[in-house]
Amino acid sequence: MPKKVVVNRYRCAYCGACVAVCKFNANELVETFLVIYEERCNGCGICVKVCPMNALEVVS
Amino acid sequence: MNYDVVVIGAGPGGSMTAKTCAENGLNVLLVEKRQEIGAPVRCAEGIGKKDLERFVEIDKRFISAEVVGAKIYAPDGTEITLTEEMAGNEVGYVLERKIFDRHLAKLASKAGAEVMVKTSAIGMERTKDGVKVKLRRMGEEFEVECKIVVGADGVESRVGKWAGIDTTLKLDEIESCVQYLMTGIDFDPEYCHFWFGREIAPGGYIWLFPKGKDSANVGIGVMPSLAKKPPKDYLDDFVESHYPKGKIVEVVAGAVPVMGEMKTAVADNVMLVGDAARHADPITGGGIANAMKAGYYAGKVASEAIRREDFSAKFLRKYDELWKNDFGKDLAKKRKLQQKLIKMDDETLSKLMRTLKECKLEEISVKAMIKVLIKKHPKLLWDLKDLVL
Repeated sequence: MPKKVVVNRYRCAYCGACVAVCKFNANELVETFLVIYEERCNGCGICVKVCPMNALEVVS
Repeated sequence: MNYDVVVIGAGPGGSMTAKTCAENGLNVLLVEKRQEIGAPVRCAEGIGKKDLERFVEIDKRFISAEVVGAKIYAPDGTEITLTEEMAGNEVGYVLERKIFDRHLAKLASKAGAEVMVKTSAIGMERTKDGVKVKLRRMGEEFEVECKIVVGADGVESRVGKWAGIDTTLKLDEIESCVQYLMTGIDFDPEYCHFWFGREIAPGGYIWLFPKGKDSANVGIGVMPSLAKKPPKDYLDDFVESHYPKGKIVEVVAGAVPVMGEMKTAVADNVMLVGDAARHADPITGGGIANAMKAGYYAGKVASEAIRREDFSAKFLRKYDELWKNDFGKDLAKKRKLQQKLIKMDDETLSKLMRTLKECKLEEISVKAMIKVLIKKHPKLLWDLKDLVL
């Protein structure tokens, strides 16, 4: 099963930390709304490690 | 629509750029993706007095508190007091960013800049004689044309990547931060407070910045490459042990680029400013002052570029020269110092802080502090010697 990252919107504080570390440009902070582009995300999980709020998770 | 310069992001760096461009007679557009400039805040809000006073007239509406120095706490509890000058001028004022950022954007607009909020930049494309910037405003997409794009779009910057500057940060080049605005807590309001230690904040520190008599920004930054859990968990542990009765009235999260000096913050038709150019201080994480300086330089260079009709990376390198000479070299040194500090265990850190406490600190600077430490602990710190020569 391919891996991908999902965001828990109740935890996310829309800070953009995850966007700063993603070399695949698979996420974007749109105003105060985090968008994850599934087609570009390979589930490497670097964003999970940087998230201050523990709002991201790799799932398959 | 046609502009000389489009500035993406209305933080202190972007607004200073737009203001400087407008004051030099340029036709400039300042774009902010959020509906409110300055909110949500992603900052501990501290800035040195001289740095702030260099660019704005002080208005007490955007000053939350004034402090006279910093108190630093070692893992073993050793406490060191630094005066404002010795703390690298990073403390002095604690701002109210929600008001400050709006004030700066207003200054830019008063100088003649056009401002658009709730407007995201979603792409750009170089053309024969400039750049087309794709914008989206409340769901509607449109294009504007300009000669120069200034990316002041923060830690999550896209502009650099569009222009071919790789700004992706690694896990040891970023601090992951959480901050609570707390009230009902007891602290010395004359000082900003810093707690260091691998156990409580690996690769970063915990801060308390006063925002009035009984409220303060209490926050943490950790380096994700070293952290064993999210910063929020570290902060919660700290709050529970230090301020169990305090009330949390606001939560903010953020990330600070701490990679040090970038090779270049320019490309053809493009300049990066502030966090987008990784201008934050690798030791303190402070970024407002450098962003404003960079914004001023970018505005100046943009004005010259427009006058000469030369928007090439080669010409815009003037901007690189200006920010590197002002604070870029300092960023590189601080990065080196940071690399050393984050490797120290709590016992070593405490030992160094005790050495400093034994010296008569009132008479020395941060540079002199490092000198003293190298003298007393040469084996441990010899590789830092070129930082102070």
